[in-house]
Amino acid sequence: MSVIVLAEHSEGNFKKKALEGAQYAANVAKSLGTTATAVVLGSISDDQMSLLGQYGITKVLHVEDSRLDQFSARADAKAIILAAQQESAKVIICAHDVIGRMIAPRIAARLKAGLVAGAIGLPDISNGFVVRKNVFAGKAFADVSVKSDIKVITLMPNTFPVVAGEGSATIEKLAVPFDDKDFSIKIVATNKVTGTVPLSEAELVVSGGRGMKGPENWGVLEDLAGSLGASLACSRPVADSHWRPHHEHVGQTGGTIRPNLYIAVGISGAIQHLAGVNGSKTIVVINKDPEAPFFKAADYGVIGDAMTIVPKLTDAVKKFKANN
Amino acid sequence: MKILVCISPVPDTTTKIAFTDGDTKFNTAGVTMIINPYDEWYALVRALELKEAGTAAAVHLVTVGRADAEPVIRKALALGGDEAFRIDTDSNDPYYIAAEIAHFAKDGGYDLILTGKESIDYNNGAVGAGIAELMDANYIGFATKLDVAGTTATVSREIEGGEEVNSAELPLVVSCQKGMSEARIPNMRGIMAARTKPLKVIAPSEATPLTEIVHYELPPAKTGVKMFTEEQMDDLVAALHSEAKVI
Repeated sequence: MSVIVLAEHSEGNFKKKALEGAQYAANVAKSLGTTATAVVLGSISDDQMSLLGQYGITKVLHVEDSRLDQFSARADAKAIILAAQQESAKVIICAHDVIGRMIAPRIAARLKAGLVAGAIGLPDISNGFVVRKNVFAGKAFADVSVKSDIKVITLMPNTFPVVAGEGSATIEKLAVPFDDKDFSIKIVATNKVTGTVPLSEAELVVSGGRGMKGPENWGVLEDLAGSLGASLACSRPVADSHWRPHHEHVGQTGGTIRPNLYIAVGISGAIQHLAGVNGSKTIVVINKDPEAPFFKAADYGVIGDAMTIVPKLTDAVKKFKANN
Repeated sequence: MKILVCISPVPDTTTKIAFTDGDTKFNTAGVTMIINPYDEWYALVRALELKEAGTAAAVHLVTVGRADAEPVIRKALALGGDEAFRIDTDSNDPYYIAAEIAHFAKDGGYDLILTGKESIDYNNGAVGAGIAELMDANYIGFATKLDVAGTTATVSREIEGGEEVNSAELPLVVSCQKGMSEARIPNMRGIMAARTKPLKVIAPSEATPLTEIVHYELPPAKTGVKMFTEEQMDDLVAALHSEAKVI
């Protein structure tokens, strides 16, 4: 009767969201009086897998099949369903990312399990099983009651804290009888920018808008981001004008992010942009226009020319880091 | 090739969000309902492009909703599509929506089922994958390009930190996002034609919702922005560190 969590890994390490998921699963398991089991797909070392014990995982079910080193939604879903059935799992957790969002609904449909997509809190089990998520593009919260026996949850990245403790997990191999149908989508080409933190997981983000006037001015934002160890993002007009790559676009029709710090430079703060970033813990707005709507959604603001303000902010950050 | 496009009516983005009935229901008073932008700009337009290119013979639309969803369905028909179907029920449970559409679609002979990446009201993005599982089909989510030649679809999809190109046999379910196509404005002829295009009402299946939103809450209002001048950047950094605790 355990709680199952998919622990994603890349290049030999578990992703931060895998550890968040593990911690979340351990918390849910504790409240239900059971244990948390991680499902790990594809090739990764035993040492890494047993480390999941530090995040509350007691057992790892490892599906060692190397075909899983390339993503297949059907194969992943099949493996997790088998693990869930073996463990009589009542709760199945994935990250709310591209992978989780493609496989969790498949798992849910197969098991006739209610799905909460994008959970931002632990389940309230005082009266049923109720999980909170964002709705209306982050403008409101919804408490979702799951009525089925089995529950599937995808967890918003960067929402649940990760604190490493003591413990190591036992590792068991799980053999999954795959067939050709499970690998029937062929991967023809991959274009990946490796080594960068995906925007959806970045804790610190520096974002530029049309107020930056042109791509040639991005150097000051890159310097600020470098000083903070932040990722870069941009508003829709900037992406549409090809000043910045498409994957930096955050907003209603771009990405949704929940960083700890979002610094918006030269972005007016239209509703459609806010939809992508209103889950940020702290928002700093730098804009020449004192009437920019973004100031209403900001925690801190600076009015003036980005080209002079941002370098001063970068210097202040560097000074702070040197002294702390 | 026959395409089914899933259309969801949603409140307009600029809508002020409010709740009624003790914060258990979304307040639709004074709210303009629109076609979910991802469904309209990407799923529907791409389907119409495939029809215009001669790749698809028919484009059908399906919506899960009550009679008040029909004006939005007509808006979609104004852009294009041969006929529309409304499954007469409603719910905010993504499994239920997927089950209703899958039940409807299973005898429809659809080669391609397209949805938007997610709806802007509930932000689940779970219907497409649910339909695929219930129809034992493949699903590709977050697609930015879609082409079909014969019975093979070539789909570009967003992956973490990049893009991947996939090839899959039809039938296939795909969720669509930016990059897929450009938004269109309906012309007068389309709007007139939409009035008489077939819109059939279908009874729901025996599926039941597995989840239900029992309460809504608005986030606490921001307490007001703290302003700093250009000369106070050290103070801003100090606030970010000791007050906001983000650096």
